[in-house]
Amino acid sequence: MINYILRRIFISIPVLIGITVIVFGMLQVAPGDPVAGMIDPTIGNFDAERIETEREKLGLDQPLPVQYFFWLGRVVRGDLGYSLITQQPVSEMIGERLWPTLKLTISALAVSTLVGISIGILSAVKQYSLLDYVATFLSFVAVSLPGFFLALAMIYLFALQLDWLPTSGMGTLGQEASLWDSLSYMVMPVAILGIGSAAPLVRYARSSMLEILNQDFMVLARAKGVREWASIIWHAFPNALIPLITVIGLRLPILFAGSVIVEQIFHWQGLGTLNIWAVLNQDYSVLMGLELIYAILVLGANLLTDIAYAVVDPRIKLD
Amino acid sequence: MNKTAQQLQEIHQEQDQIQTSRTKRWKRVWDRFVQYRPAVFGLVFIVLLILVAVFAPWVARVDPFYQDYSALKAPPSAEHWLGTDALGRDVWARLIFATRVSLSVGLVAVSIYTLIGTALGAISGYYGGLVDSIIMRLTDIVMTFPALIIIITVVALVGPSLYNIMVVIGLLSWPGISRLVRGQILSLRETEFVISARAKGASDFYIIFNHLLPNVLGPITVAATFGIASAILTEASLSFLGLGVPPPQPSWGQMLTDAQKLSILSSMPWLWVPPGIMVSLTVLCVNFVGDGLRDALDPRTLLSGKK
Repeated sequence: MINYILRRIFISIPVLIGITVIVFGMLQVAPGDPVAGMIDPTIGNFDAERIETEREKLGLDQPLPVQYFFWLGRVVRGDLGYSLITQQPVSEMIGERLWPTLKLTISALAVSTLVGISIGILSAVKQYSLLDYVATFLSFVAVSLPGFFLALAMIYLFALQLDWLPTSGMGTLGQEASLWDSLSYMVMPVAILGIGSAAPLVRYARSSMLEILNQDFMVLARAKGVREWASIIWHAFPNALIPLITVIGLRLPILFAGSVIVEQIFHWQGLGTLNIWAVLNQDYSVLMGLELIYAILVLGANLLTDIAYAVVDPRIKLD
Repeated sequence: MNKTAQQLQEIHQEQDQIQTSRTKRWKRVWDRFVQYRPAVFGLVFIVLLILVAVFAPWVARVDPFYQDYSALKAPPSAEHWLGTDALGRDVWARLIFATRVSLSVGLVAVSIYTLIGTALGAISGYYGGLVDSIIMRLTDIVMTFPALIIIITVVALVGPSLYNIMVVIGLLSWPGISRLVRGQILSLRETEFVISARAKGASDFYIIFNHLLPNVLGPITVAATFGIASAILTEASLSFLGLGVPPPQPSWGQMLTDAQKLSILSSMPWLWVPPGIMVSLTVLCVNFVGDGLRDALDPRTLLSGKK
């Protein structure tokens, strides 16, 4: 299994390099002077001579491939350049926004995994029942609903009409942060991300469970007198979960994409709102920094998923 | 009757048989498809939508760009069926004209990426080796960027327009199809009929086009149908964020943009509910058709259930 994990890490390296090449390429084609985003703004814009020496120090007078390696070296050390608008370091701006977004996406991932898998498994166990039909139909509706429409409809209903939840934000202003307060702000964003993410899981969990239920060892368990529910919980359930690990891992990029819309609607100060802000203000150094962070997070999640799969599924160890 | 004429006739008969077995197969696919009610409902809705898009000027009744200053933010009435927006434009007319945007983005973007994905997947699966590794790493790289986010970024770089959105979605969404096609071709590559074709001296190009791709057509069709649904959603999301189809061109997502203001959300539901329902319904119907096609084209069920 160590070999398998090492091989997976080895395969990820060219992908990681490819990601950096693409981000660097996009920085180059971005309109405006790419230099502006790399030089420390505290140097000042007036001292042309100092900017020139800084340019040389950063390797910006070199041909593009050489520039790429200079850039990569800085990125590895955590230097993503400076915002073209606020002139803050990009890594600092992203650092501030990372946790709120992770809070949303990880909560949504947990909720959707729990709900999606439970419903999927139930609907497989009770195949062709009313519950099965309703669950299948609702999962279809949930996949098709655009997140922004669902979000607006929920704000209209739960915040404006019923006044149960706050319309947007991350906490009541001027009030000390309490757990209940911040939870109430999270309910709707997490629910919207979770619903969109749970829907496909219902379908996967259902078909995965159905496949297991028809296996010989399930017939054997029943034949030797294991009770129906015990056989489902102890024999079918763990086996049905294995293929779902991959599906759960693949949710992350979809959740990140969804969080852009949800954060924008709920004024959630995360990576998503920073992304839209950067697009609208044409702050390309922030935008590309974000692309890089998103891609690295997804790559890391994929790697973790593969490793988790190898740990759980004994068949992989044979490779 | 001389011998060659007889042979010719036999060939003709044989071709007729192949032809009838082909039409029979499509008949069977169709029969299975119509058994699934949601798919039929979806298909009818989409056909209606296409008609609406084609005949938009007649269905809309009024010019979607005309600003009626005597009726700003007017609620639904006999004159304006779904009311008017903040600029006095007829919401019904804009809703109708927006079908053109959604449907064309769906069709064009998916055509582009199905073509790219199929070509790359076929090359990758058929040739294997280094070519395969390179193409597969490339798909891995594209897939690590969250789809909507990289599309937003690239659209921001090239500038938002209907044309750019179609092309950008098309150029960035092919990895799914290419993986699918690669997997299928990989499993077909070593089958007897391909080996025999190769032994007879058929070119790679001929084998891929005449022996391999026809067998992958079913899964590609299904994936492309689901792809249309997600392309329509992507365009709507982009336009909703104000990064998509630029105004005054109407698009469903963009019609919801103003509803982010709480005053509009609460006081003018006619502005945001209809386009929201239209996107949802359209995407749902396309997904239903995709689901129906998946069952109807599934070779396992197609061969077993002969009736």
